[in-house]
Amino acid sequence: MDNLKVVGKKIPKIDAPLKATGAALYIQDVKIPGMLHGKILYSQYPHARIIKLDTSKAEKLPGVRAVVTAKDMPPNFRIGIMKDNPPLKSGKVLSIRDEIAAVAATTPEIAEEALSLIEVEYEELPGIFDPLEAMKEGAMLIHEEAKSNILKMPWRLICGDVEKAKQESAYIVEDTFSTQWVTHCCLGTSGCVAHFDMHNNLTMYSNTQIPSLAQNDFVEALNAFGLKNRRVRIIQAVIGGGFGSKLDTYAYEYIAILLALKTRKPVKIIFTREEEFFATSPRQCTITKISHGCDKDGRLTFRDVEMVLDNGAYTSWGATTPSVMMLPISSLYKVPNVRYIAKCVYTNNTYCQAMRGYGNPQATFAIESSLDQLAEKAGIDPLELRRINANEPGEITPQRFKITSCGMKECIEEVYKRLNWKEKRGKDNGRGVGMASLIHVGGGARVYKSDGCGTIIKMDDFGKVDVFTGASDIGQGSDTVIAQIVAEVIGIPIEDVNVINNDTDICPWDVGVHASRTTFVAGNAALGAARKIREQILEAAGKILDEDPADLDIKDGMVFSTKNKEKSTPLGKALRKIHYTLGGKMLMAEYFYDPANENFDKEFKGNLSVSYAYGAHGVEVEVDRETGKVKILNYVAAHDVGKAINPLLLEGQIYGGGLQGIGYALGEKMVYQNGRLMNGNFLDYKIPTAKDVPPIQPVIVETDEKDGPFGAKGIGEPGLVPTAPAIANAIYDAIGVRIKDLPITPEKILAALKAKDK
Amino acid sequence: MKTVKVTINVNNEKIKLQVKPYETLLETLRERLALTGAKEACSLGSCGSCTVLLNGTPVRSCLILTPEVDGASITTIEGLKEDGKLHPLQEAFMEKGAVQCGFCTSGMIMTAKGLLNRNKKPSRAEIIKSISSNICRCTGYKKIVEAVEEASKKMA
Repeated sequence: MDNLKVVGKKIPKIDAPLKATGAALYIQDVKIPGMLHGKILYSQYPHARIIKLDTSKAEKLPGVRAVVTAKDMPPNFRIGIMKDNPPLKSGKVLSIRDEIAAVAATTPEIAEEALSLIEVEYEELPGIFDPLEAMKEGAMLIHEEAKSNILKMPWRLICGDVEKAKQESAYIVEDTFSTQWVTHCCLGTSGCVAHFDMHNNLTMYSNTQIPSLAQNDFVEALNAFGLKNRRVRIIQAVIGGGFGSKLDTYAYEYIAILLALKTRKPVKIIFTREEEFFATSPRQCTITKISHGCDKDGRLTFRDVEMVLDNGAYTSWGATTPSVMMLPISSLYKVPNVRYIAKCVYTNNTYCQAMRGYGNPQATFAIESSLDQLAEKAGIDPLELRRINANEPGEITPQRFKITSCGMKECIEEVYKRLNWKEKRGKDNGRGVGMASLIHVGGGARVYKSDGCGTIIKMDDFGKVDVFTGASDIGQGSDTVIAQIVAEVIGIPIEDVNVINNDTDICPWDVGVHASRTTFVAGNAALGAARKIREQILEAAGKILDEDPADLDIKDGMVFSTKNKEKSTPLGKALRKIHYTLGGKMLMAEYFYDPANENFDKEFKGNLSVSYAYGAHGVEVEVDRETGKVKILNYVAAHDVGKAINPLLLEGQIYGGGLQGIGYALGEKMVYQNGRLMNGNFLDYKIPTAKDVPPIQPVIVETDEKDGPFGAKGIGEPGLVPTAPAIANAIYDAIGVRIKDLPITPEKILAALKAKDK
Repeated sequence: MKTVKVTINVNNEKIKLQVKPYETLLETLRERLALTGAKEACSLGSCGSCTVLLNGTPVRSCLILTPEVDGASITTIEGLKEDGKLHPLQEAFMEKGAVQCGFCTSGMIMTAKGLLNRNKKPSRAEIIKSISSNICRCTGYKKIVEAVEEASKKMA
């Protein structure tokens, strides 16, 4: 680990020059000769019967090349994990974002005008917008063919004996917490260009986070269109933000495919900001009933959680977030007895998806708020309660997670020290401190049958390297981390490493950018390939230099003998000799890394990840009792990352994640009224700006994860996981009121203060 | 369709165009002149991704109609290089880790350039005030502020 030249250094992102000069090409910038522009007509009602749909006037508009409706889609073709979502709807619409028709035209303006010429008559139907209503016996069914509005997803985790533990606990608390819809707000809106060649093979220009899985989805779609055995190629443009939003394929992509097939032209669909707000899938809102107990010494005895999630009208990955919520529910702190039951419920609201943290922020908000209540009841300082119950290396948790490296205690101590906890706590002067911890997957997550990533390394004739990785860079900087690992292992400057990551025709398979897995999994894949190519180089160079390969090393692009410094050759020269000779060869290596983690068994138990990421956030706030405004005076974000491969980018994840978390805690909320979004733009849906940034101290704790590349674990999501409960707990310390419903707005604080004073 | 003749100076080059009367400056730059560094992310003037300089002052090019700026000088991110070298702001954004997904970056840099045009040594508070007109979802802004500080120091 010593003498690292590239890994562990603050190296600027290798794609920063493209982005800082405006030269990076995003999906918005992709142009293909003959390209048409697609636009989608959405429902005007969240629940209605379509009485009439007449596209004839739109079809006659000059410049219009195709108008499509549900009847142009293959019958029974459905998308989403429950296959409950037809890309174009007919008969009934179930939500305000239901796609009912689409147009391809020579310009976006003509496409837009054509939409206005489509005549639709609806019979509005009463809707269900509250999941608790939708769960009731005899409630109207959102999907008539389903027997219940509760999804057939048996989220149920039982560890130990919760009822017995309740009887044996010295202190017990119970309460209900709820969270809101928030949305990713990627600056680059969703979009794609679908393009068929003469043989009906599809090329999809995309900003997906899951190129390999999207390829699979589109192959299925082509089969449904009757196009069997066709090739699908995904080419990713530079991705203008992900945060989980691009973890599924969406109706608009299938509509673009349909329009391209009909017109035989490339068809581009780019979302407006308005569409990005109402027609993409937000973080799901939750209602969580939680109960905790501890013994007289503060050791946790049980955790009992019941949760209802508003699934919306269709099903995407959002419905599977309980699988990740189980992680903190079963394993955040040592808790021997756990029960978790979650129900996802169809409503006429928007449907939900993955968003950074994948359910973990919602679960951790309930857990960590409840733990503060328990600490108060037990008369123990809340930070002390967490010290008593902190996770440790070597632990096997009730859900059978095998904890390898674990820096939770160190993170808690950093919060204690840097927040000046002892001095600041319990002052009752309008200022207060609070904290919350986190556990997240840090070594991949086996949610699919494979959690793998492939890498191919190709040496050129000049000592430079092309690395083909399955991993997608969505801005977080995975290309740079991969380049650092390859440069370090081979012994060349990072400038000599070129990372190619955006084309399924040339890049190996990868399950996608999710679960904070890319540095760990793609990093290990790059590490494996780089080791193999280094071996090949040394073996070939041994022959050229007439030296034992074991005595050779590579530094700064020079191959040399460690025994005889005279004997050396520039790497490029050696490669040319290997190539330009009778029976010569080009050096290439490939490596597929699939971590040794486990799918859950039927009881949702198993070692989901090879390693787990930990962290603790501590906050000092000042609350204005007159206005209800919360000011963050100090924010400590301590994270166990295993090893910081690039501290510059790592800090960027902590700052960026932290501020998203602060937005989640204190302000962001998609306001839906009877299924309609009321604040779908940046003027009404406020995300934090530079003025909202509190003093954040990122603290990096290194625990050297044995299975991580150079000891690293994941950090993509953890930055926003404990933010909201840490802030809620600090507010409680400051003014003695607990807000249990996110976001924590001044109105809620004033109402709570008023209620308390009564 | 009726078109309007305009002459604008873009990145130090005089350009004659015939544009739609309702054409935004952003559309002209991106679609006619292939200057795609300015980004369309909201079309409402609320995010700042499309910021360019109009006679040295930062403006939202999605809110300005090209016929309105006849005779004006426009600078985009593509025109920021000086003597073939990257501008200190561009260098600082790269070095300080102020770039993540990059979609806001052009607008951020042009907003910061506008600030430095009128205030060579802005305080941290002035930098924050200035760039708070622009939205970034990735970075948490901290490193963007540091990058602008660094650039202003280097230019001093």
